Amino acid sequence: MIRLDKVSKQFPTGVFALSDISFEIGKGEFVFLVGPTGSGKTTIFRLLTREILPTTGEIIVDNFDIAKLPNNKISHLRKKIGVVFQDLKLLMDRTIFENIALPLEVSDIDSIAATKIVEDIMEKVGILAHRDKFPIQLSGGELQRAAIARALTLKPDIVLADEPTGNLDQATAVEIVKLLLDINSTGTTIVMATHNEDVVKALSKRVIILDKGELVGKDGKKLNTSTEHSEKKSAIIDVEDRKLEDKSKDRPETKSEDKPEEKITKKENEDEDF
Amino acid sequence: MKTKTFKTTWRNIRRSPYQAFAAVFVMALTFLFISFFTFLLFGSSKAISYFESRPQVTAFFKNEVKQGDIDNLKNQLIATNKISSIKFVSQQDALKIYKEQNKNDPLLLELVTADILPASLEISTTRIQDLSAIDNMLKVSPLVSDVVFQKDVVSVLTSWTNALRSIGLGLIIVLSLVSIFIMMIIIGVKISHKKSDIEIMRLIGADRWYVRWPFILEGVSYGVVGAILGWLFSSGVLWIASPFLASFLKGMSIFPISLLFLFGLLGAEIIVAVILGTLSSFLAVLRYLK
Repeated sequence: MIRLDKVSKQFPTGVFALSDISFEIGKGEFVFLVGPTGSGKTTIFRLLTREILPTTGEIIVDNFDIAKLPNNKISHLRKKIGVVFQDLKLLMDRTIFENIALPLEVSDIDSIAATKIVEDIMEKVGILAHRDKFPIQLSGGELQRAAIARALTLKPDIVLADEPTGNLDQATAVEIVKLLLDINSTGTTIVMATHNEDVVKALSKRVIILDKGELVGKDGKKLNTSTEHSEKKSAIIDVEDRKLEDKSKDRPETKSEDKPEEKITKKENEDEDF
Repeated sequence: MKTKTFKTTWRNIRRSPYQAFAAVFVMALTFLFISFFTFLLFGSSKAISYFESRPQVTAFFKNEVKQGDIDNLKNQLIATNKISSIKFVSQQDALKIYKEQNKNDPLLLELVTADILPASLEISTTRIQDLSAIDNMLKVSPLVSDVVFQKDVVSVLTSWTNALRSIGLGLIIVLSLVSIFIMMIIIGVKISHKKSDIEIMRLIGADRWYVRWPFILEGVSYGVVGAILGWLFSSGVLWIASPFLASFLKGMSIFPISLLFLFGLLGAEIIVAVILGTLSSFLAVLRYLK
């Protein structure tokens, strides 16, 4: 579904944002892209959406060869990827409904069908009550849900979520992650960039660690082995033994049926492969 | 193109009314000038036609000339194939014309008899350039006492019209270029204001034309509205000035201006407006939407 092969990105200033990055993400996976600020997480997302081109290397996204993709096919690629941007990128002069309907609008979907799709998604992410409000009238968590809803309107095979829990309190962050897990359970590939260690540790999901534009760690090893294998620039780490149970005690406001641990403490068989 | 594109265009216009007003004003000014210039050219071409349709050469005969000699000369002139019309005016006809022209002045009528008015030939040529040849032919004839022709009036009017046409076209080109540049700037500013919105739309899968169409339609709208306003104003001024102009240009069949001509002008201006609007907005889109 997603394959990066020896990808490097050097900006005009001479700075290498990414160096020799290689990894693959299969269909239906939920992958965390972890690393400190400036480690290259957002650059990878920008490469995957063909916002920028790699300096070297090959990127394949859903059979699209990013480096060779002609300009008139970029919109086709982007319609197949739902992106939750770090800064959300909601249009401030449009209502939440209009914002979420935007991908359908640009895809020329009939307005009656679009209304139904948007209302269904808004209900799914729990913001239907805010359909006619403007972004400025919503809280951070609600805006994040709106951004996720917009990313889902075209039923993409891949969702890229860039720091979706970045500015949220812990409880809201868990709700957002739970929402992404629900989406993933329908077969959608999710790549979530974050530096929220609590969220990463709480889930038994594959983790790709970046540091200063390089991959660190090694596939299948525990989290604490990342430094040991950093020189190999390839790490996919299973954090199966880190359960959300430890964290759930800190979130008394979360309703019992919404508690993420009930879903995410279940070991996912595919993670065994890493 | 979808209804949504038109809605987006209308929203863009509505949300920046002053920029829209400036764009429409510039376009209206251009089309106001184009309309006035067209009226001027139309009027001057009508005036030339009027003068060309008048007898261009009048040859006055000596009193002793016989009718047979005049007929011979007339046939010689016709044989040149340069004549569009030729009319013999006898002394009696000349007296009638004189009486008609001076019917309000009995004193002038009393003094004149047919004997003192010469017979004449009123001649029009097919082309103005042939007037000189006819003039020379008549001057060397022993039958003719005097030759009067209007070559100067027509040629001066023709040269003025040609100059007017050149100056007018030059000004129209300059005004059109100014309109294009101003429209480019206005639409460019609008694109810059919506830069982040456009970026978001592109990132979620909008293709280039989805983003471009509303701006191009906006340019076309300014052009068309400007053309209609310019035409309305110029036509209104012409309508108000018609009575005065009609009496000033008595005899020339210019007024009333036909509605077919006016609506034809409007149609042509709308076509030019669409071209100008499309061109300017497309240039802005190419320049600012890289």
